[in-house]
Amino acid sequence: MHSSTSHHNPASRRGEDCQTWLDLPETAGESRNQVHLSKAAGAGAPAELAHRFAALELFRSDFPVLGQAVNGNPLIYFDNAATTQKPFAVIHAIERYYSKDNANVHRGIHELSNRASAAYEAARARAAQFLNAGSASEIVFTRSTTEAINLVAQSWGMANIGAGDAILLTEMEHHSNIVPWQLLAKRVGARLVYLPVTGMDGLLDLSRLDDLLVPPVKLFAFTHISNTLGTINPVADLCAKARKRGITTLVDAAQSAGHMPIDVQEIGCDFLACSGHKLCGPTGTGLLYGRQELLEAMPPWQAGGDMISSVDFFESSWNIVPHKFEAGTPHIAGAIGLHAAFDYLDRVNRTLIFEHDRFLGELAYERLSGVSGIKILGPQKGRAGLVSFLFDDVHAHDLVTIMDRFGVALRGGHHCNQPLMRKLGIISTVRASFYFYNTATEVERFIDCLKESLKIFSGA
Amino acid sequence: MFDELQDLYQQVILDHSRSPRNYRVLPSANKTAQGLNPLCGDSITLYLRIEGGRVEEATFQGAGCAISKASASLLTETVKGKTPDEIRALFDHVHEMVTTGKATSSDLGKLAVFAGVHKFPARVKCAILPWHAALAALEGKEEKVSTE
Repeated sequence: MHSSTSHHNPASRRGEDCQTWLDLPETAGESRNQVHLSKAAGAGAPAELAHRFAALELFRSDFPVLGQAVNGNPLIYFDNAATTQKPFAVIHAIERYYSKDNANVHRGIHELSNRASAAYEAARARAAQFLNAGSASEIVFTRSTTEAINLVAQSWGMANIGAGDAILLTEMEHHSNIVPWQLLAKRVGARLVYLPVTGMDGLLDLSRLDDLLVPPVKLFAFTHISNTLGTINPVADLCAKARKRGITTLVDAAQSAGHMPIDVQEIGCDFLACSGHKLCGPTGTGLLYGRQELLEAMPPWQAGGDMISSVDFFESSWNIVPHKFEAGTPHIAGAIGLHAAFDYLDRVNRTLIFEHDRFLGELAYERLSGVSGIKILGPQKGRAGLVSFLFDDVHAHDLVTIMDRFGVALRGGHHCNQPLMRKLGIISTVRASFYFYNTATEVERFIDCLKESLKIFSGA
Repeated sequence: MFDELQDLYQQVILDHSRSPRNYRVLPSANKTAQGLNPLCGDSITLYLRIEGGRVEEATFQGAGCAISKASASLLTETVKGKTPDEIRALFDHVHEMVTTGKATSSDLGKLAVFAGVHKFPARVKCAILPWHAALAALEGKEEKVSTE
């Protein structure tokens, strides 16, 4: 049940900028050559897989942040679920834009404005391709996943959810896929219903779905990958069930879009939200995918320049989608940086990233299982590349502070999952989250440092 | 172990976090407040019984990291016998110490073990959380206080 249905990379159908490492590992290896191939080979990975993962390690040198020492130790960046690091390709794209093409978009006649407009809309077209949307007009640029969800709640929600209606969420949602719906529900007199999580193993209780996915539920909003549990939800199945019952779907792809191929048509969702900064793009960027006919029918949510077609003193009419939803000067440089991130990730190969991150997730789970007194959240197998864990007698923040001295960047806390944590009787966990530039060697060192850190509290 | 870590997790702090003193609900309390750190979900409830203008008894309960637990534990020991004004003055000294590392008052006593916290900016809130709760309790505030 954990397997996603969108393993087949749409990128592989996408032509020349999508040359993949899977297809051409030796070519890519030569172009960067001689970086310690052997180190990356994951312990326990089948030889062929280890070889391909080793190729991924060559990309580390594209990330200037990763080469530094923190507190005197080589940085091990395991906070990728919060935000990923940025490659030179993205940094340089932004620098190039500000150095050469900076202007406001859409209304200008002059050369720079033309360039900026073209680059901004090219980024939108590339985003559509990245998610395999039917058209660029189905992509709205937002600041974040959070803003994308708020857009749907305030625009689609206010128009389509009324008194007595219900919104189905799951117990593993991030606060940003709970609170916007709470606000909406309060405003219109609707209520929230939750699909339960089974327990510490962190799976959706799908046996309850048929009972819950019924009128008056109008919307089913759920996460693709849980940012705390590492669970990968069967999004295509969930969307298919909802669609059969005429229920609109929103997928929170914040934790999946950078880690696996995403094909919105294959998933069959009505809306999908994701963040740019969690997939190598700049902070302050996010995407909302919405099916064309839904976006067409939705009222605007923020008002101002660019979202209008004509303004009178008392009445205005709206621009076409997606511009209707993008009031004011957008984050042009952000969109351009995001474009570079899409290109970069498809060059790395998202199918390989998915396999690699899951491999590190399972490796970390296995190694952590051997640490005495530990409790690990989420499924053992078929998990995404992140692991949350806790100890009864050692607080997450103490561990994260000590691990930081070892140069290991982790996250401690409730991970914006307070309702779930309360249900599980937990206050906070330590989370390690991986990306393609992380290695099995780093996971091993993380385990060693963790054992060392725990000694401080054991009184040893 | 790293020197700065040793400063942060001193033996006294580890001891108080493992075996917190005065760790119980105080039914006879006449001043109480809850301190909440929304970032980590930690929460500490402080109970004070004030008689004749002085703290007769102080206890706490809650969930928190080693730093916040030890800070609450040492707070309950320290405030006993003090007047509200003395506790407010102590808050200022503790606050200055955990943010700058400088202990400016000799009244700090055992609390001086928290001087190392200033090197860990993200953890200052943990050390100061019980003290916010103490101030709120003295003000007679009913609502939760927050570190944010």
